[in-house]
Amino acid sequence: MIRLPDPKPETLARRDAIVAGLSDIVPSTSLISDETRLKPYETDGLSAYRQMPLAVALPETTEQVAAVLRFCHQNGVRVVPRGAGTSLSGGALPMEDAVVVGMMKMNRILDINYPDRVATVQAGVTNIGITNAVAADGFFYAPDPSSQLACMIGGNVNMNSGGAHCLKYGVTANNLLGLKIVTIDGEILDIGGEHLDAAGYDWLGLLTGSEGMLAVVTEVTVRILRSPEGARAMLAAFTSNEIAGRCVDAIIASGIIPVALEFMDRPAIHACEAFAHAGYPLDAEAMLIIEVEGSVAEQDDLLEQLKAICQRFDPISLKVSQSAEESAAIWKGRKGAFGAIGRISPDYLCMDGTIPTSRLPEVLRRIGEMSDSYGLKVANIFHAGDGNLHPLIMFDANDPASFQKAEMFGADILKLCVEVGGCLTGEHGVGVEKRDLMPVQFAPHELAQQRAIKSAFDPDWLLNPSKVFPLIDPVAMAKAA
Amino acid sequence: MTLALLPTDEAGVQDAVVSAAAAREPLWVHGNGTKSGMLRRVETARVLSTAGLSGITLYSPSELIISARAGTPIGEVEAALAEKGQQLTAEPPDLSRIFGANGRPQTIGGVTATNLSGPRRVAWGAMRDHVMGIRAVSGRGEVIHSGGRVLKNVTGLDLCKLFTGSHGTLGVITEVTLKVLPASATSATLVLPGLDAVTGVAALSAALGSPYGVSGAAWLPKGAGFDGPVGLVRIEDFAASVAYRTEKLRAELGIPGAEILDEASSRTIWKSVRDVLPLPLGDAVWRVSVRPSAGPGVLAAVAAAGIVGFLDWGGGLVWLSGPASAAAHRQVETATRTAEGTWMLLRGPDCLRSAVDVVPPEVPALAAITRRMKASLDPAGVLNPGRLYAGL
Ligand SMILES: Cc1cc2nc3c(=O)[nH]c(=O)nc-3n(C[C@H](O)[C@H](O)[C@H](O)COP(=O)(O)OP(=O)(O)OC[C@H]3O[C@@H](n4cnc5c(N)ncnc54)[C@H](O)[C@@H]3O)c2cc1C
Repeated sequence: MIRLPDPKPETLARRDAIVAGLSDIVPSTSLISDETRLKPYETDGLSAYRQMPLAVALPETTEQVAAVLRFCHQNGVRVVPRGAGTSLSGGALPMEDAVVVGMMKMNRILDINYPDRVATVQAGVTNIGITNAVAADGFFYAPDPSSQLACMIGGNVNMNSGGAHCLKYGVTANNLLGLKIVTIDGEILDIGGEHLDAAGYDWLGLLTGSEGMLAVVTEVTVRILRSPEGARAMLAAFTSNEIAGRCVDAIIASGIIPVALEFMDRPAIHACEAFAHAGYPLDAEAMLIIEVEGSVAEQDDLLEQLKAICQRFDPISLKVSQSAEESAAIWKGRKGAFGAIGRISPDYLCMDGTIPTSRLPEVLRRIGEMSDSYGLKVANIFHAGDGNLHPLIMFDANDPASFQKAEMFGADILKLCVEVGGCLTGEHGVGVEKRDLMPVQFAPHELAQQRAIKSAFDPDWLLNPSKVFPLIDPVAMAKAA
Repeated sequence: MTLALLPTDEAGVQDAVVSAAAAREPLWVHGNGTKSGMLRRVETARVLSTAGLSGITLYSPSELIISARAGTPIGEVEAALAEKGQQLTAEPPDLSRIFGANGRPQTIGGVTATNLSGPRRVAWGAMRDHVMGIRAVSGRGEVIHSGGRVLKNVTGLDLCKLFTGSHGTLGVITEVTLKVLPASATSATLVLPGLDAVTGVAALSAALGSPYGVSGAAWLPKGAGFDGPVGLVRIEDFAASVAYRTEKLRAELGIPGAEILDEASSRTIWKSVRDVLPLPLGDAVWRVSVRPSAGPGVLAAVAAAGIVGFLDWGGGLVWLSGPASAAAHRQVETATRTAEGTWMLLRGPDCLRSAVDVVPPEVPALAAITRRMKASLDPAGVLNPGRLYAGL
């Protein structure tokens, strides 16, 4: 189990005064301090961990956010920023002595500018909310995490989230132009804007993926793109992971960059098929979903080329979608993957390491061996073009031994990812989940340097202080600052 | 007397930095010095070049990844990529016309440290978007790595972004790992004649807002090699797609006299835009970035001060050239502020560069964070002091 820092006794003792102070800043409808209504905030997408916060504030304006932070700063109160709480790494897990600052009420689209292809929205707008706001005009916001119906753009920025289409369109960082942020001392700062590549230090890049540790994001300016003329998917199934992996290499080598290139192994195919009845080949060991974009003629041409490449690897099934409906059917299983696993196992942990794609067959084989030795089933679904793995480890949360084994299994997978030249997390963030594995990827002086940069923003370590970095004692923490 | 340091490995860079910090003797850190003339001049008794750290250390075409030591000439990287049909996506410019050629090639470390990107930036991202991993020696003499050799990585704070574009003020970059992409099979350019800056940018916006995957959109004034001002729109893809898309776009934009340039002419014109050749070379050169629709307004606002220019990135990148005076610089600053954008004084005599804000100053609250961040990486202040901001 992950340890949280000890709550500050002086904060806990002053709980009523702190709540009263906050009630002077935000409307009463934006302040939660009673146990029943705090309950929904006790966890996030990593639901194995739970902790009730001291209070929840749901500011409605940037100025209110600034006032809340200033108040917390003056009173030495910790703050955990929160979007929709879908983090799979426990990034939004509260602390007993912390005020959760939620973005739920900051959900307005502020400006859509088609000539310049940018949109400015408040941090609490959902990912899909941006696309929905511009779709009628033929535009979209590219990064598309599977959680896009729920997760908020402020959360996406702080996790640098990706999606199935980021091989072509990039992750959040590559689609971001500007931020309005509030620092822990209540200063409101504009970073970037509607233009590209601000001169000076790349604060935008540093803040992206900073997991709520540097500042609270209240407004976000993103690039919006014109939707392609059309898109179509194909499905190719193979007799081994290795062959499917080689097919992925061949596709990339051909010069075609599909908009999506997804990989599922046998357990994942079976789980998804049982759930979605998508017509997946149950005799396959591995399957690719490949999507291309363009006019119908361009799609035909690209799919023809891709088919020819797949054919070189003796596929046991090759299905090119003939229509939008058929493409949707191919995607249906993949998009419902988490739900599908949820049906066959009471609980699962979703891992998120990235590996060099050339090491794929070896990594999948070793994950298989670990699965046998831990006695826990695992299904692998991942973004094949960029090597971002999502092994789903199935366990039973009612059995503490099972949970403990699942966590150890997960840690072993992530260590393996680093060992073969990859990293601990490709898109879900470190949060609390992978915090204690950070020394596997970084030397102590590198972690100290990263901590020092957090300290440059937040010298007192009040903003989301228990995440990303292994806990160290307060004396060492002060030294790092 | 200057002390010229030319280490051949990372440990040598560490030694140079540690000894500089111990002696409180700042370093002018650079690669081959091809862009020494940009921003503020750094005057130090010690000069540290990364040119001795050379060579590609990893290239895995099927993983879209290349790593090279900082001093590797960019041409060497580009040649290795071209052999496998790939390219540097951000299309970094060669600014030797602006800074004067010093006979040496620019290095991959220098291009990364300055985050300079060419026309393709508008569609496919800047240098900083493709830096997947970095190794740098901080002012403490420590080797700091961030990112790695995979395409997706959110592990810890993204120091790749912080080092990229930091002009050697936070760390001496020793090795860079970049995401690369296949080079397109072919390209073509639509030339849109007879458009002034405003109508030109409107056409570029329409093109960039089309589904046809435009990867370059520039506007050139009269006298840049065409009969009058023109809009230029590039499409790069497989041959059939390029043919189909340029025709569709020509029809949809409906601009009389629009012509399509073939691949060879298209390559020539975009290389020229990339390397800023259409800009008449004045004593001062600025690189301004604004929202695309504000580009023409910036051009108009500075014209009275004798400043001329052209537009790339759909109108958002404004290249300006004019007299090297504080008054001219003020005009550029004011026009850019009005457009809520950002500027960089790229070329100018030392006295001008030290007298004005070469980049927009940060507001006090952000400047305080900057000072603490800089102090954490370079406590003795030995790395390129004053390069971006006076006193930092
Ligand atoms: C079913 C499911 C599928 C998923 N699929 C994907 C996927 O495909 N790709 C992917 O990348 N992720 C995926 N995720 C993970 C998750 O959705 C993303 O990390 C998402 O960006 C989190 O957004 P959120 O609004 O829920 O943020 P939260 O979970 O509330 O917070 C995430 C982190 O950001 C911080 N934060 C949130 N808002 C702010 C703010 N305004 N200012 C400062 N800090 C803030 C929090 O403190 C926390 O550290 C998935 C999650 C689930 C449950």
